[in-house]
Amino acid sequence: MKDYFYHLAHVLTADLEDGEVLLLAFDGEESDFVRFNHARVRQAGTVVRRSLELDLVEGARHAGGRVELSGDAAQDQPLLAALLAELRHQRRHLPEDPYINYAADGPSGDHEVAGALPPREQALETIRGAAAGLDLAGIWAAGTLHSGFASSLGQRNWHTRASFNFDWSCHHAADKAVKANYAGLTWDPALLEERMATARRELDLMAAAPHTISPGRYRAYLAPRAMRELLSMMAWGGFGMKSQRTGQSPLLPMSAEGARLAPMVHLAEHNGRGLEPPFSPEGFAIPSRVPLIDGGLYAESLVGPRSAMEYGQPVNAAAEFPASLDMAPGELPAADVLEALGSGLYINDLWYLNFSDRSRARVTGMTRFACFWVEDGRLRAPVNVMRFDDTLFDLLGPRLEALTRERELLLDAGTYGGRSSHSHLLPGALVDAMTFTL
Amino acid sequence: MEALLEESARSFAAVAPAADYWSLRLVAERRSALAVRQDVLLPPSTTVTTGAFVTVTRSGGTGYAATSDLSPAGLAAAAAEARTWADLTAGHSLVAPAEQARSAHRGRYETPMAQPWDDLSQDARIGLLQDASRALKVDERIIDWLAWLVGRQVSTLLVSGDGAHILQRFHFIDPGLRAVAHAGALTQVRTGGGARGSRQGGLEQLELLDFPAAAPRVAEEALALLEAPECPTGTTHLLLMPSQMTLQIHESIGHPLELDRILGDERNYAGTSFVTPDMFGHYRYGSSLLNVTFDPTVAGESAAYAFDDEGLPAERVHLIRDGILQRPLGGGASQARAGLPGTANARACSWDRPPIDRMANLNVEPGNGSLDDLITGVERGVLMDTNRSWSIDDSRNKFQFGCEYGRLIEDGTLGPVVRNPNYRGISATFWRNLDAVGTGLEVHGVNNCGKGEPNQMIHVGHASPPCVFRDVEVFGGAGS
Repeated sequence: MKDYFYHLAHVLTADLEDGEVLLLAFDGEESDFVRFNHARVRQAGTVVRRSLELDLVEGARHAGGRVELSGDAAQDQPLLAALLAELRHQRRHLPEDPYINYAADGPSGDHEVAGALPPREQALETIRGAAAGLDLAGIWAAGTLHSGFASSLGQRNWHTRASFNFDWSCHHAADKAVKANYAGLTWDPALLEERMATARRELDLMAAAPHTISPGRYRAYLAPRAMRELLSMMAWGGFGMKSQRTGQSPLLPMSAEGARLAPMVHLAEHNGRGLEPPFSPEGFAIPSRVPLIDGGLYAESLVGPRSAMEYGQPVNAAAEFPASLDMAPGELPAADVLEALGSGLYINDLWYLNFSDRSRARVTGMTRFACFWVEDGRLRAPVNVMRFDDTLFDLLGPRLEALTRERELLLDAGTYGGRSSHSHLLPGALVDAMTFTL
Repeated sequence: MEALLEESARSFAAVAPAADYWSLRLVAERRSALAVRQDVLLPPSTTVTTGAFVTVTRSGGTGYAATSDLSPAGLAAAAAEARTWADLTAGHSLVAPAEQARSAHRGRYETPMAQPWDDLSQDARIGLLQDASRALKVDERIIDWLAWLVGRQVSTLLVSGDGAHILQRFHFIDPGLRAVAHAGALTQVRTGGGARGSRQGGLEQLELLDFPAAAPRVAEEALALLEAPECPTGTTHLLLMPSQMTLQIHESIGHPLELDRILGDERNYAGTSFVTPDMFGHYRYGSSLLNVTFDPTVAGESAAYAFDDEGLPAERVHLIRDGILQRPLGGGASQARAGLPGTANARACSWDRPPIDRMANLNVEPGNGSLDDLITGVERGVLMDTNRSWSIDDSRNKFQFGCEYGRLIEDGTLGPVVRNPNYRGISATFWRNLDAVGTGLEVHGVNNCGKGEPNQMIHVGHASPPCVFRDVEVFGGAGS
């Protein structure tokens, strides 16, 4: 794939007119998808996708396009030549773009995150064996993701990573279910079987008579998967330079009014984890680490190339949304969580969060998989789903009692538009009150 | 675009695998996007995509392969890959071969259109957006503003081993306006001009969507929200305008009635449903005023079509009649699995995803009161307009929704503007409190309906009159 992309870059840049700059960004995958319901295969297949974005620049005028490549030069080159001609015609009629920004002298480099993926037959056989007797639903996704950048100025970048992600749930009855995931770069069937065994043990707990809580405030432990959902709301416009400067960040009270989270909260964007490309689609090198919240205080914003030009800041992100979020651990041993919680809710998963009031970071959402009522430090019963409604400033501010010493690396199972390589490294959180409304 | 699709279909027929059934869905799409933010033209973008989705059923298994290589060799490779998956899943498939959707239909569809996209030059489109942008900047407190216009032409060709040949050509238009007002610590956003959901049709749709004429109103309403008090807290009458009815229909009727959810396919991701198969035919979903149709025939609505993506002919049917649940949203395979009648709603978001049960055009049928009649009939309540926040549990029951804009209703007349209007309820009881249904059918939609594994984001249409509900819990933002 890389050789083909570099070949296209060579061919296309050879035909540019004087003064033109061509930027090319590649995004592709070869992925297997197997969907399960009732532990049987619902749908199974392969997707091969190769998207190429072009930005044809002359001075401050530019026009962009995207095509789906076939991978066959005889088909692709005439299509690309026609698109380039169209962009050239468009560009001549466009005004200058005051915020155009691309790497004029970025470093070239190729990166390969090697993986050891199983043959598809082996993966299916292992899943079938481990799931015997379970009512399982979920998705197996595996394959290779590719990102590339090339410009007529000579820069070349490539990033390939092979990975798998098995994301599943096991169901007791109605909405009583547990969630599990096994994802990574190196396949080990023993690890999948171990996680399936954990899911079976949790599922046994879901068979108890469910507990219904009344609206009100309860102590709660938020496991790393639940924390991911809360922090994704914080990240939805929270750290972007543009959303900060246009008053739309839910964290505006921090940057504009001095509001703060608990001192134990440290958040960073950690591109250096290596799952995301270390370059932006405009060719900028992305720093390994950008502090976002330091000791509970707002630190830096994520600045994409366009915002960098508009607001006079250096580029530090491909997009103004964390893709590799890292939360520092705390001091609470995971083994002590139930004792520290005492009585309250053990929340493994939150679901379908949104803002009740974005300006104040007030968030609502639902409990979902494997949430339990805890009394005297013991799991007593699964809880029926409940809606919470709280501000992030309260939950991760004065109400935050502790973060766990252990963290969990969560690889995103999302596949909108292509397999995601986003990830989170997060601890669990103990809060002394969470507000439930419905 | 159609010539390429037809040529690819002929190529495929020559290499089609030996199978109990095969289908080839070819998709060609061209998308042109323009936007002006703060009076600056954002980089224009033109997207051209073509791809093929091959399905093979044989020996008790079914597999698929999606490829953008439409050469004879590329299509043959995809067919071989789909056949490999069929063999690999034989004996392990949830859906029996006899339950798989098949089609032998032949037909065509094209979006009715008065004024094609290309009737307006790119310069003229940019000029329109620049005028709209300037019209949004009515005050220093408008700190961000955006006007956009997207045109999309999509051609699909479905052929099958049973002889299906279905060519459909869709034209979509997607304009919008957005104003962000900010003062002190407060930010309020107002949208309009078609910002919620695309329409089928041509440039004639712009006037129907009040684009760009709505720009000054959108900006003035954003400013008014800065000055407005919070929506009060309490249990009261709620008048939902069609721009919010869209979301209410979508989340608490559409998703719960999707048959694949009811059958458990979505339990790991989008969730299940509080609706069970035994409810159809007698369950009281809403008050007797509630009539809901699956209607692919409404002109201009985003998901109008003649056939779904598995080749099932689409027709208008009632899902809820006089408040009683009639049938689910289920395509051919789901109908066979559940033994229930359904709808032609197996849809894929693009060439690289398999069809699954989706909403299409899902509408609340009009009643007999004007908007003034509805307002007059409310002693105390809140009017809410334009969705901005949505959250609902995985069984599609407990929900909380928020709107951009609210007005108090006092003694049957519209009162002051209120900001951050939110409400919450439970689907299973909310619709039974439907108290009044207005006349007229305002067409909206949702462009970002997410579902499926692998994930798919698709556009759906929702048309509705304004409606009144009683005994609804409403509240504002901040600490309310």
